[in-house]
Amino acid sequence: MNLRLDFGVVWERWPLFVDGAWMTLQLAVLATLFGFALGALCAVGRRSGPPWLAGLCGAYVEAIRNTPLLVQIFLVYFGLASLGFSLSAFTVAALALTINVGAYTTEIMRAGFDSIPRGQLEAGECLGLSQRQVYWHVLLLPAMERVYPALTSQFVLLMLASSVTSQISAEELTAVANYIQSDTYRAFESYITVAVFYLALSFVMRLGFWGLGLLLFPRRRRLGTPL
Amino acid sequence: MSQPTSSSAGPVVALRDVHKSFGSLKVLDGVSFEVARGEVLAIIGRSGSGKSTALRCIDRLETIESGEITVCGHRVSDPKLPLRALRLDVGIVFQSYNLFPHLTIEENICLAPVTVKGRRRAEARETARRVLGQVGLGDKLDSYPEQLSGGQQQRAAIARSLAMEPQVMLFDEVTSALDPELTGEVLRVIEQLAAGGMTMVMVTHEMGFARRVADRIVFMHRGKVWETGPATILEAPETAELRQFVGSGL
Ligand SMILES: Nc1ncnc2c1ncn2[C@@H]1O[C@H](COP(=O)(O)OP(=O)(O)O)[C@@H](O)[C@H]1O
Ligand SMILES: [Mg+2]
Repeated sequence: MNLRLDFGVVWERWPLFVDGAWMTLQLAVLATLFGFALGALCAVGRRSGPPWLAGLCGAYVEAIRNTPLLVQIFLVYFGLASLGFSLSAFTVAALALTINVGAYTTEIMRAGFDSIPRGQLEAGECLGLSQRQVYWHVLLLPAMERVYPALTSQFVLLMLASSVTSQISAEELTAVANYIQSDTYRAFESYITVAVFYLALSFVMRLGFWGLGLLLFPRRRRLGTPL
Repeated sequence: MSQPTSSSAGPVVALRDVHKSFGSLKVLDGVSFEVARGEVLAIIGRSGSGKSTALRCIDRLETIESGEITVCGHRVSDPKLPLRALRLDVGIVFQSYNLFPHLTIEENICLAPVTVKGRRRAEARETARRVLGQVGLGDKLDSYPEQLSGGQQQRAAIARSLAMEPQVMLFDEVTSALDPELTGEVLRVIEQLAAGGMTMVMVTHEMGFARRVADRIVFMHRGKVWETGPATILEAPETAELRQFVGSGL
């Protein structure tokens, strides 16, 4: 075995890594925000919408959960292109990741809704709350609190999965590593470096979600329930 | 105390020949009874005899097939009934407490006054303090439900209902999930409410309590009001079914 690592030429190009990490983070944040909104709406539509809407949301979830992310990305990329839209790789990547994580969010939120006992909803109704108020105060907020850990794991997974968007030349972290390894012939070093960047990004995201959780869910903060 | 919505002369709750089925299962088979203002009615009977269903129909958690229900002047059996108006007049407490787990006791109590009645938060807090004092939980404002014992949670649930100043309170086996000691503390709270003149309908298995607190007893059997009268019917039942029920309960 003759392993000789030389990080010098790879690390010389550190600004490229930083740019890539920044783009990965932007993709993750955008897809998390829009994907969460999409997923929450679909979960509501699936639970309380008219049959056609519930069916549509269900079909969306199944279609996304049962096809590879890379294929979804290509579908958005070439689909939009053939419709005559010319969007940047970044926009296409953000869009595809949003659609993808939206489906998983729908499922997680649905599990959260289902975990709220019927008696809770009845108690809300009996106190005079309107349907909408029951939805917000008795269903959505407690469900969110319950599934928050599952949601945040999903969002971190999404950030890692964004590496696939290098395939459509979005200039995120993995694309940067691909480029640097072909430029320097230091493949192993390039990917070790990029792995460390991903680790750091995961850590930052988990830390952010932890802090956000403390803000959003005072009960967890007060009772010290782990997030 | 706010004034009743209807003339205070008539009954607060009235069921007339109410029929209700779940699929092919007839659960209420011509149920009629009335509750006057300030009266305490206890509904007793075997499990499955339709007690909970009768109570749930009063608050329109279930709809009925035929018959008539009026509550505080609201025609509950009318499909076009504005539900909110009914629910402002009726408070209901369940066996499983149903406190909202993500809110403190104070927030649980303030939620409806603020969102439904549009009370200011400070005012709602004042109410929360008052009703919690009433049920002996003045020191639990900032606790979360899971930090309380079952008996305390049930008293908090009663306080949450009281904060809406209902005209009538419904209790569905509110002590069935509690051990005897905690049962006692909840029953004392209900007894105080009764003494304070609250109109109440309670489904209960606590025979001693029903005898002591109820002005009138309704014994349900197979979806019918099998026997009804003052608490003395428990000592001298007319029907074999009530005799057997009272006997088995001891
Ligand atoms: N939502 C429902 N769907 C179907 N059957 C029900 C439902 N609620 C109650 N029942 C049935 O109706 C009967 C009466 O129930 P209930 O009113 O809860 O009785 P009780 O409170 O006297 O024990 C029972 O046989 C019960 O299984
Ligand atoms: Mg029952």
